[in-house]
Amino acid sequence: MSAQPGNYRYIGSKRRTKEDPRFVTGRGHYVADIALPGMKHVALVTSPHASARIKAIRTVKALALPGVHYALTGEELCANVDPLFVGVDAPRVARYPLARGVVRYSGEWVVAVVADSRALAEDAAERIEIDYEPTDYILDPEKAILPGAVLVHPDHGSNVLYRRTFTWGPVEADFAKAQHQLSFRVHWGRSATVPIETFGIAAQWDPGTQLLDVWASIQMPKYPDQLAKALRLPGNAVRVHFDVDVGGSYGVKRGIKHTVLVGYLAKKLRLPVRFIEDRLENMRGGDMHGPDRIFDMTVAFDTDGTIHSLKIRALDDVGAYAGRSPLQLGKPVGAIVGPYRITSVEYEPISVLTNKTAQEAVRGFGQAPTNYAIESAIDRVARHLGMDPIELRKKNFITKDQFPYLIPSGSTYDSGDYHTVLDKALRAVDYPALIAARDAARKAGRLAGVGIATCLEPSGGNSAFEPLFNPKNETTTWMDSCLVRVDISGAVTGVMNTSTSGQGHETLVATVLGEVLERDPDTIRVVHADSLNALPSNSPVGSRMAIMLGGAAAGAAKKVKAALMAIAAHNLGVALESLEYRDGNISAKGDAKKSLSWDALVEIAHRKFHKLPPGLEPGLQAKFVWEVPTGGGLPTADGRIQMYPCYSFEAHLVLVEIDPSSAQPKIMRYLCGHDCGTMINPDIVHGMTYGGIAHGIGAALYEKFAFSDNGQLASQTFMDYLMPSALEVPAIVIVDHCTPSPLTEFGQKGSGEAGYLGAPAAIANAINDALAPLGASIDELPMTPLAIWTQLQGGRTP
Amino acid sequence: MNEKLYPLSVTVNGKVHMAEVPARLTLVDFLRDTLRLTGTHVGCEHGICGACSVILDGAPVRSCLMFAVQLDGCTVTTIEGLTRPDGTPSALQDAFCEAHGLQCGYCTPGMIVASHALLESNPAPTEAEIRDAIGGNLCRCTGYQQIVHAVQLAAENIANGAK
Repeated sequence: MSAQPGNYRYIGSKRRTKEDPRFVTGRGHYVADIALPGMKHVALVTSPHASARIKAIRTVKALALPGVHYALTGEELCANVDPLFVGVDAPRVARYPLARGVVRYSGEWVVAVVADSRALAEDAAERIEIDYEPTDYILDPEKAILPGAVLVHPDHGSNVLYRRTFTWGPVEADFAKAQHQLSFRVHWGRSATVPIETFGIAAQWDPGTQLLDVWASIQMPKYPDQLAKALRLPGNAVRVHFDVDVGGSYGVKRGIKHTVLVGYLAKKLRLPVRFIEDRLENMRGGDMHGPDRIFDMTVAFDTDGTIHSLKIRALDDVGAYAGRSPLQLGKPVGAIVGPYRITSVEYEPISVLTNKTAQEAVRGFGQAPTNYAIESAIDRVARHLGMDPIELRKKNFITKDQFPYLIPSGSTYDSGDYHTVLDKALRAVDYPALIAARDAARKAGRLAGVGIATCLEPSGGNSAFEPLFNPKNETTTWMDSCLVRVDISGAVTGVMNTSTSGQGHETLVATVLGEVLERDPDTIRVVHADSLNALPSNSPVGSRMAIMLGGAAAGAAKKVKAALMAIAAHNLGVALESLEYRDGNISAKGDAKKSLSWDALVEIAHRKFHKLPPGLEPGLQAKFVWEVPTGGGLPTADGRIQMYPCYSFEAHLVLVEIDPSSAQPKIMRYLCGHDCGTMINPDIVHGMTYGGIAHGIGAALYEKFAFSDNGQLASQTFMDYLMPSALEVPAIVIVDHCTPSPLTEFGQKGSGEAGYLGAPAAIANAINDALAPLGASIDELPMTPLAIWTQLQGGRTP
Repeated sequence: MNEKLYPLSVTVNGKVHMAEVPARLTLVDFLRDTLRLTGTHVGCEHGICGACSVILDGAPVRSCLMFAVQLDGCTVTTIEGLTRPDGTPSALQDAFCEAHGLQCGYCTPGMIVASHALLESNPAPTEAEIRDAIGGNLCRCTGYQQIVHAVQLAAENIANGAK
């Protein structure tokens, strides 16, 4: 079903990945597999209170245990490291790896113990005595923004981290002329992508070279820079090894506080130190909870279904500290109208501190909750007007001849054909049959619903939300890079500059290099530099690597190809334009006798300086560093900005049945129409899309970091935080479509967040369609069996 | 702290190991830290995620929920022991590569252990039987679809003589 343009040798074909063989044989190289000679281990003592003053810490009994080396408190650490990066202008919301003086959430790290083994460190941690004086806390984000609320950070003067009302386009005029308006509230519950591997880090300080070596399970932009800055070291005193396999991340593996803590200990103790979170440490203090967002939506529309304007108030509970979390309200600005011709938007993002575990980046960086709110609005409008939700969407879609399309908030969508993708999806799922199946189930006395969501995946991540949300931060550079080497044997090596967490970047680089150089990707090796010999990178975030790393690899390969052409022209005495490149061999057009083979060209480059054209560097390698397409701009005064460059589209169609006796939902059919431009490796794209849908099923139906009334995390284990297994995730059908991006090398767009961005909305719409005959609906995720059962009982809680 | 040690003799991947271990040492820590067989992964340490699955006397078990001392006289096979003798991928492992039944690779050893145990007892499983067999193994990357395909493909290939 794939429809790929272009005539490619390797791109878009079914090809095995380069990474899989090491993983299937148990030969991955994860951080927990690193065993440095003499390595020591860390365990943590964490706060049992949502808010408390630390009155005293006694470490004597712990340190008395043989094999225990150190107990680090916040007093010492905070005096010797700088605070971690805060994404908005809130310098007094200071964040350090360990609490100092006060704790602000249950699970916050208070003391780190270092011992010969993790088991011993845990024994010692149990002997640390801490006197707390519990203090008032605030858990409800609505109450937290009211005057007089308990303050999480009194020095900041408020619990509001960020708040602004943006008005893009003629909002009031659009509302005045619209025939109808609807207001409603939906709540995206606190969940995350929860990788099966927890965070981990190993570090070693060499006093002789004054160098800190770091191996970590991370996916984080600017990680080496932030680490060095916090540790008060020059950037070249930190070496992050990017050849560590990361056991899943999907945005969350930021790990900066883990690394500053362990880096400090390794340097202080002059011992190799490793910290691998256990699952409890991960769930409550790993700082990887996702958005927890209340949307107040008002939509203005006409009787014929034309949607004119949206007012969105998004209140996001980021917990007790801020890293990049407030910026997750900024990224959706780039797709704030979804795939629809909505001419004006009022957007009020409010980022609020509470006494909960801190929020961090999660797949989609805040886009999935916003898509859920927009798609809820579309379904409510359809229900209000009695219109088919498919027809309503089609009526409001941007049409394919309108691209490039400028949305009110300042981003231009690169390309798309939403009507065609939705039509393909409807045909593939046999939509009339899907509706008939729903109606048959209803007739048989069961609850059944069909859900639709059509939404965008902004891709090619830049940091445009940083200057938007913090005018003091003028970051507009968001580059990525690749280095390509052809060695004297003629073998090709690509060097990438970040770690990878399952996205198949080695395969991506090899495929692109192979495509441009016309060499078999299976013969190309791809390695991960360390941060001291790496070219600039911003890590695999924001669905950017197919675009940015793919583009960098293509750029570097083209330079190598140009060097080969120059060598051939010089040695064959033929003008460049009269040469033909095929499979790495170069010959004069129309004169095959005048040719030089790949091997001969490579040999000239490496060994025969006398045959090298003047001015060409000997050896055969090239680097390419490039800025994200359309990047580089600062926001206008009214907050318009080009966010990400490329916009993938997905159309989800779901049939859900609910068992009326247990209120258990079951997904009967799932189909996703998907357009991410040219796919480099379809198996990888499809895999990430299936996985994103599974994450979306979790967020929609099961997963929640729930807190008790006294601020204790109630879902600390996998017995309470429920993730879908192969029994909950159904067989999924993906229907591909390809609308190439005009901004990228091969027309590719991003797909790393695919599926997740629309699945929760589609499933929520399906559940509400199932409940509609009862006059019931649910406005909060996850839509757990209890929430559904409560609706079945007429809204009475048990 | 001087912990009392207990003698242990266990066969892992065909090789007999004699060791003295503390009572509280889990099987997964014994495999990873003592024997340095790091293909078996730790996910939750409370028996839910299945990343630490190994085969104990023919049946898949959670190695985070067992103590090493319980293994005295037992036979254990880990992901490293499921390769061909020369270390290259078995038919099942190869099918995971062909179907791209993985992404980050972290849950993969447990998935392959669970699938191996299934195919040993049921060489031609239905999709429902495959989903049931891997139902105790969590994967956050794949949505399970390509894993199911990998096991179906492996069953076919093995039926056709692949090893």
